[in-house]
Amino acid sequence: MQTGNLLLLLVAMVAAAYYIGWQKSLAQARPLGGIRHLESLPFYYAMRAALWCAIPALVVLGAWLIFDDAIIRSTVMMSLPEEMRPASEGGRNLLLSQIQNVASGALASDSVRPEIAGAADRLRGLRGTNTMALTVVFIIVAMLGGAWGWLKIAPQLRARQQVEKILRVLFMLCALVAIMTTVGIVMSVLFESIRFFGQVSPVDFLFGTQWSPQTALRADQVASEGAFGAIPLFMGTLLISAIALLVAVPVGLMSAIYLAEYAHAKVRAVAKPLLEILAGVPTVVYGFFAALTVAPFIRDLGESIGLDVASESALAAGLVMGVMIIPFVSSISDDVITAVPQVMRDGSLGLGATKSETIRKVVFPAALPGIMGGILLAASRAIGETMIVVMAAGLAANLTVNPLEAVTTVTVQIVTLLTGDQEFDSAKTLAAFALGLMLFITTLVLNVIALHIVKKYREQYE
Amino acid sequence: MSETTAKVRKSLARRYRQEKRFQAYGILSIGVGLLALLILFTDIIGKGHSAFFEHYIQLEISLDPDVLGVDDASDDEQLNYANFGGVIKEALRERFPGVDDRQQQRQLYALVSSGASYNLRDELKADPSLLGGTRELWLLADDDVDLYLKTPERKRPDARLDDQQKQWIEDLEAAGETDKRFNASFFSHGDSREPELAGIGSAIVGSFFTMIVTLCLSFPIGVAAAIYLEEFAPRNKFTDFIEVNINNLAAVPSIIFGLLGLAIFINLFGLPRSVPLLGGLVLTLMTLPTIIITSRAAIKTVPPSVREGALALGASKMQVVLHHVLPLALPGMLTGSIIGMAQALGETAPLLLIGMVAFIVDIPGGPTDPATVLPVQIYLWADSPEQSFVAMTSAAIMVLLAFLITMNTLAVVLRKRLERRW
Repeated sequence: MQTGNLLLLLVAMVAAAYYIGWQKSLAQARPLGGIRHLESLPFYYAMRAALWCAIPALVVLGAWLIFDDAIIRSTVMMSLPEEMRPASEGGRNLLLSQIQNVASGALASDSVRPEIAGAADRLRGLRGTNTMALTVVFIIVAMLGGAWGWLKIAPQLRARQQVEKILRVLFMLCALVAIMTTVGIVMSVLFESIRFFGQVSPVDFLFGTQWSPQTALRADQVASEGAFGAIPLFMGTLLISAIALLVAVPVGLMSAIYLAEYAHAKVRAVAKPLLEILAGVPTVVYGFFAALTVAPFIRDLGESIGLDVASESALAAGLVMGVMIIPFVSSISDDVITAVPQVMRDGSLGLGATKSETIRKVVFPAALPGIMGGILLAASRAIGETMIVVMAAGLAANLTVNPLEAVTTVTVQIVTLLTGDQEFDSAKTLAAFALGLMLFITTLVLNVIALHIVKKYREQYE
Repeated sequence: MSETTAKVRKSLARRYRQEKRFQAYGILSIGVGLLALLILFTDIIGKGHSAFFEHYIQLEISLDPDVLGVDDASDDEQLNYANFGGVIKEALRERFPGVDDRQQQRQLYALVSSGASYNLRDELKADPSLLGGTRELWLLADDDVDLYLKTPERKRPDARLDDQQKQWIEDLEAAGETDKRFNASFFSHGDSREPELAGIGSAIVGSFFTMIVTLCLSFPIGVAAAIYLEEFAPRNKFTDFIEVNINNLAAVPSIIFGLLGLAIFINLFGLPRSVPLLGGLVLTLMTLPTIIITSRAAIKTVPPSVREGALALGASKMQVVLHHVLPLALPGMLTGSIIGMAQALGETAPLLLIGMVAFIVDIPGGPTDPATVLPVQIYLWADSPEQSFVAMTSAAIMVLLAFLITMNTLAVVLRKRLERRW
């Protein structure tokens, strides 16, 4: 049976376990004189039976689905004669996919060697047996669990405590998903990066100035040596992020100051949500806007004053990215500015300072740490931004600081390296993970510092 | 007047000017932000509105059984192999007699979309008695023709058609044999190489399945995690670590989640590529921090008196949380989840890495069918060289923005209606 159908079946069985659990607890309560003589409410007895039915079955299903494919594959591999088993992992994958194609009928079985046709038959057979066995085991486990939950129902059973304990553990597991995600991220980028650094030296990667990740498909190919010097990518990322921050920080900061200190409540109520729309627009929309409207506009403008502007200039991507992060800067700045205690303003105004002097000399310095935190968060957002640069920045890795030229960024290269067709083990694909590691570390450091500053700052005025 | 007062008086004018200037900078900044928003929206709407309509050409078509190769119009098998293209070509030659040159004929045939023969087949299927007769029929125009007809008069000389074709189109237009209709296929079709046949139907369905998976996973997990962290977790180093972790994950670039999906879900667990299930899993991990953070904030607003009251009446801790705190915090959690879902709906980068950039023609039937999503479709079309795709892309963006605005408005309305002040 399909996994989806199994789950539907499980829902039905859980409902049944709940129902019979409920009935049994009521039946046990009747001779005692009502449910108040039970240790827990009937709901908890029923819930306990339902949980006993569901959880073991789901654990079995999960474990089965994780391991069955690998076991079937290796069984099929082992059944092939010794001399046909390829030594390399790539060869094994190729052979397996051939067997799979024969098994699914995409490849005629008389067009391949008889051993492979045999293996395909075995694969089909094993898969059938596997699904059957899973269905049977799954149903038996669910029924046994439900039956156990039902059998144990007794007036003295502390069902509520047990159910609550299970729920608590489930809640905790959900909270652990966040840690598992971080672990998953670190493992996925770290392991592939280590493999990459086995092929390319970390020094070449971090300090090399030549980036051309095309590696040879054949050993005798000309100009085959891939170069993995990531400096041009880092520079490109920094250039575009710097342009973005040059736009976003003044505009965002001044908007926040005006909205927090000067604007009438009505103006604030309209302007603030309008500015925040900018943060809600999907990045792919900004990318389209940058590539089709802003970049040609800048190029034409440059041409009209005699400048040579690339059609995928860093300036276009940076400007649009700056617009995107205006709300990040402005909303965090707004928060920290309004958190500055009113007495500090009153003191300054009382001494005869004008409002702008108060803001510049009292409010702003007091809010500075929080604002810095906000800017760091915006910087981390700019460095990790992908779609705008994929669509509006170039692919060629130029080492330049001229904003009118095309540069490429870390995220652009990750996307380009991983969206084509290529085998998983080449240095080219692994390079994407090494870039991902760099990106993760950079943004992690920025985020940790920024969040720490913002938190410290909040405590200061609380 | 003392010396100081005189000094202050003298500087006053300058200081007031400074004050004015400072305010002007503030207004200017807000103006820049709002102007950018305005330009963005007018640009998209200006480019995209025309894609909601498409042009049809009226032709007098004789459904000749010999040309079609059909003798029984109620036989579906025959209709599927019938030569509708031949009938259309014949009709075009009749409409513009005297086109004998092969090159020119090909140009003439290019006026009608390659999808028009499917329209014709459906007409004939609906009414088999048409076979052998002659009918005036509206056929879908090719995208270049469509684009030409949509271009205002003065810009037409620049169009990407040759003069002969332009002449033919002008003739048709003058004779009233072109018609602009609502582009329904834009919402129902899948992707296509022909702009006039392409639509966002499959992308919307793909987005729908992806969002369902994301919602079903991220909402329960996020709420449960928030409950644990707020109500049950002991205050210790480990809980602090989880908290730092969650705050951090909320700021990790989305593309990193794509790398996670590729390395863990595809290469380790062997999940199939390009399916909404996988996209939903990746987006779940991405939106979870947002949902956990907003849900915790919602739980925090429930006053302790509610908890103490329930505890005093003998409820267990779990009963307090599930029967009292959770229902009171639910509106806030829902608002946070809708905002998280809106983020997930507009997300593109991680989905590129897990293979959702496929060219999908069919409408996916479930979360395990290959699919693409609306933002990825926008990305794919933005790369297409055909000029008509610019309008299509903008129109798709308008649809996406409409969804996002609806979701965010819903969140605001929910908050306004259900929010309780304690």
